[in-house]
Amino acid sequence: MAHSARRDSPKLPDFSLLKRLAKDQLVYLLEQLPGKKDLFIEADLMSQLDRIANVSTLKQHEVDKLYKVEYKPIVSTSDQLCFLIRPRIKTVKWICDVANADKAAGRFRRYKIIFTPQKFYACESVLEEQGLFGDVTTDEWAFYLLPLDDDIISMELPEFFRDNFLAGDQRWVRTAGSTLHLLHSIYGPFSKIYGIGRCSKMVYESWREQVEEEETKARQSEIGNVFLIDRDVDFVTPLCSQVVYEGLVDDIFKIKCGCVGFGTDATSDKNVKVMLNSQDKVFNEIRNEHFSNVFGLLSQKARNLQTAYDKRRGMDIKQMKTFVSEELKGLKQEHRLLSLHISASETIMKKKTKQDFQEMLKTEHSLLEGFEIRECISFIEEHIIRLVSMIESLRLLCLLSITENGLLPKDYRSLKAQFLQSYGVEHLLTFANLKQLGLLVEQQPGETLTAMESKVGKLVNDKTAGKLTDAFSSLAKKSNFRALSRKLNLVPKSDEEYNLRVPPDMAYIFSGAYVPLSCKLIEQVLERDGWSGLEEVTRLLNGHEFSVTGNNGADLRANNDAPRIVVVMFLGGCTFSEISALRFLGKEKGYKFIVVTTAITNSSRLLEALLENHTRPVNT
Amino acid sequence: MMKTRTDEEDYWNSSKYKAFTFDDEDDELSRLQESKRAVNSIRGLVDDEDNDEDDVERVSWSGEPVGSISWSVKETAASNQRTDRDPTPFPRISTDVANVSRSHSGYSLSSLFKGKMKGANFQSFTDSLTDSSVRLYAPELRKPKSEYKDLVGDWSPEETVHRMQQGKVVSLEKFRSLHDKLLLLDFSVSAHDGNVITAILIYLKRTLSKEVLFRELESRQTALRHFIHYLTETRDQKLLLDLLRSLGRTEDTVLLQYKEHLNISDANKRRDFLKSCVSLPFSADDLAHVQDHFTLLDRQIIMEATDGKNEREGKVEIFHKFPRKAPILNMPLIPTLHYSCLYHYSEAQETFSSPLSLRHTFKISEKQFFVTALAARVKLKAWSDVDALFRSRNWLGFTRKKAPLGFHRVVDVLHKNSAPAQVLQEYVALVDDADLRISLAHKHKCHDIVINTYRDLKDRQLLLGYREKVESGSAAQKKIDELLENPQIRWKN
Repeated sequence: MAHSARRDSPKLPDFSLLKRLAKDQLVYLLEQLPGKKDLFIEADLMSQLDRIANVSTLKQHEVDKLYKVEYKPIVSTSDQLCFLIRPRIKTVKWICDVANADKAAGRFRRYKIIFTPQKFYACESVLEEQGLFGDVTTDEWAFYLLPLDDDIISMELPEFFRDNFLAGDQRWVRTAGSTLHLLHSIYGPFSKIYGIGRCSKMVYESWREQVEEEETKARQSEIGNVFLIDRDVDFVTPLCSQVVYEGLVDDIFKIKCGCVGFGTDATSDKNVKVMLNSQDKVFNEIRNEHFSNVFGLLSQKARNLQTAYDKRRGMDIKQMKTFVSEELKGLKQEHRLLSLHISASETIMKKKTKQDFQEMLKTEHSLLEGFEIRECISFIEEHIIRLVSMIESLRLLCLLSITENGLLPKDYRSLKAQFLQSYGVEHLLTFANLKQLGLLVEQQPGETLTAMESKVGKLVNDKTAGKLTDAFSSLAKKSNFRALSRKLNLVPKSDEEYNLRVPPDMAYIFSGAYVPLSCKLIEQVLERDGWSGLEEVTRLLNGHEFSVTGNNGADLRANNDAPRIVVVMFLGGCTFSEISALRFLGKEKGYKFIVVTTAITNSSRLLEALLENHTRPVNT
Repeated sequence: MMKTRTDEEDYWNSSKYKAFTFDDEDDELSRLQESKRAVNSIRGLVDDEDNDEDDVERVSWSGEPVGSISWSVKETAASNQRTDRDPTPFPRISTDVANVSRSHSGYSLSSLFKGKMKGANFQSFTDSLTDSSVRLYAPELRKPKSEYKDLVGDWSPEETVHRMQQGKVVSLEKFRSLHDKLLLLDFSVSAHDGNVITAILIYLKRTLSKEVLFRELESRQTALRHFIHYLTETRDQKLLLDLLRSLGRTEDTVLLQYKEHLNISDANKRRDFLKSCVSLPFSADDLAHVQDHFTLLDRQIIMEATDGKNEREGKVEIFHKFPRKAPILNMPLIPTLHYSCLYHYSEAQETFSSPLSLRHTFKISEKQFFVTALAARVKLKAWSDVDALFRSRNWLGFTRKKAPLGFHRVVDVLHKNSAPAQVLQEYVALVDDADLRISLAHKHKCHDIVINTYRDLKDRQLLLGYREKVESGSAAQKKIDELLENPQIRWKN
């Protein structure tokens, strides 16, 4: 950021402990299986495993060969097979097929499934049904939290979003509660918890129950406050195009587990894998910047680097020696990083100018402002007709629907028909999903229904209410974006020039066009120390807000940063842009935010999770 | 560090079975290794602590060597610790929501929470035996007789749910009355633990007739959604359809039936299946889409039969000149139209494969048709067809070209289909908005347009600036020089 951080900014707790803990547990589990064994790893666990252990760790614990779970017959000769998987029925069924095939062939082996982060009864019941309960033993690897950076911790559970919000399955609620519990027991006790959303409430309850079950010791608290937020409280923010460097890199190159593969066009060597975090000094300076500032900063750095190299000229031997031993290595590294990010920026530029990115951004901004909606609709229509990316079309449709509180019936029908014609009729299923989530809906004629619904909701008993809620579900999820935007001042006045170099507020992450709703709520609640004065806002957000204080006896005044350390837990995923906005807010207000998320998301991940036109992708 | 790395390499290469395919760049596993290398090399620069990877002794974060007895005992103990000390002072908040129904029992919701923990407080060694860290093969068999009571112990529905949440062994068999079963379900729902809810549903599915189960689920939305998700995951299509039907959820039922087509790979079978879908009770709008889906596949099958044959025999020139990328089967409508504009453009409307026939049958809008035909004809460099597309809009007029969408969009379509600069220039000139025109001209290097626009603006500075951008000695530069030297132009700067 162009302006410097407040000097009294508190220090972050050390989260590398979490990696250590996970690694130790894994080692322990492997030691429970003496002897040589082959290990099968679920594809989407690989990157995470990579972050905490490596092949030699596994090898030391008598893992012979490593395989990826591929849902095919296996070729292992080992007498012991170990499977490291997510608790998914499909995978357990495959393991049963493997074991039953062995049985049929008269082959004896030992099988062990290690579920992570936990096992589910439904998975065990598959073992039981297949007659393998006992023959296949199970265990749990409680690997809940992967620190991706100093201030980002991910549960790496992208399926949380679909399971919880689309299917209404609460299987991960306790997992999230345990996650919070783990943080609480290592870095707590927490003193204040705020939240909004149905799932947030449940996670809070689950955490509280888990805390009650165990002994509490008085400790020096490292984390004081927690803010829980459901992804469905704010869908607008993750659906906007990201224009902050880290977000752009994620949109274009797809950051996975804090690691990114810059494609062939970004660097001279083929597909370089790079870790992106605060250890990368160059990246750390540009990650939160609006893209328009990035080139300037990079070229400034390049000039500085040149000057530093140039110092060599005119040095005598002794000076040269010191230079080589003290500075050269750092300069070389900086050089490498700099050229990496410069070429990445080039690729971003190329990709974005190839599409009509400017026009797209203009459309998004108009939608956020509620301005020239007809033009936006025809832009979206032409986008669909020209067969430009399906996900982008869907993204714009959803943005239109949320910001306008649904599409006019005639627009809905026409856009849906053209979408199906361009991308396939099977997307009828996708549209049904989007409707259920309230992401893409048809406006109901008049407001009468809403009024009726709220009256009926109060009067009738639960049984009927359940049915009615179902029938009105799309209405109940009315986004009320326009009203919220006015109440919270989310769209700054467009007539003033917005200073992207020294931004006045969080709107800079969207070029000054929009303050992310999620982050604005966090700002407001922290400022007010609760939800008072925000009654109208919470009503528009369909309620489920809470704010609770715990009296944990820990002395918070005694020279402690804890009250200014805030964990923000996103249930259903958060974007890099939101993280940038929170970092900005932290600097402005003297907080340090730690983002805990079920997964890092962006518009394509969010929407791809809701597609139904093919079998659900297992991976992110 | 170095040693570790070579070790690893030896290891990977010596693996006899080809668990990984290194030659396949797309393989996740080779990427795993690549990523590992990248990470390792970076880690070496930033964090020296991890270099002692090979140390024999592993120390847990509490300082005890991992795997040591004291460590594992502590692990076990920690997960079982429950004391009577002050519970957290954090208050409960109501997580009750409209569609969570109360149980039909005499329990009030508040009683669900009262008196918890009592009795379940001393977790003896019994529990630690069943706990994850020391789970053994078939734990029930290894249990001493004295503990038998615990297994079928007199746990209330509430306690049972609680134990299940902690992953402890329970027996559900004793809950035989409907009343008890429903209590169990309702407690699990109020505990917000989807894992336990599903577990109880699996038990109910096994022990209740589906009519009774469906009836009870109807008023329990949360449990119902878990059940639907469970049936979806286990692919119990039949039961799921029964359930949705009994709930009267027609829309979900028909969509689920329609979804089955995705699992049919044979085109003819898929077509027949889609045909049968047309009689399902879809909403009017959706029915039209499904009908179109069937009609389109039906037509694609006919087209594929002819085109595939023609392509193989090599008699039709167009397939030779522009080989097909893939069969046309199962492509959406607009790509099919594009295909038809590539390979069957001049066919009469009576022919099934002609663009006109598709346009007529599927009521394709003018805009859709125009854009798609334009893209296809530009790709084939069939310039007379391209001209005709614009002309046909306005053939009474003189030379002015018309399009059903902005010319900047036309330029985009042309550019994406690699139209030559000359053609691009012609259409860039037709863009109405001056700013847009200039920026497109810049982008596509249409020098004449840029130069003429600046001349018309009488902007010398901009023209001078542009002179730097064009190739030196080119015609464009010559033109700029002539203009700059022209004394008749009154420059504004």
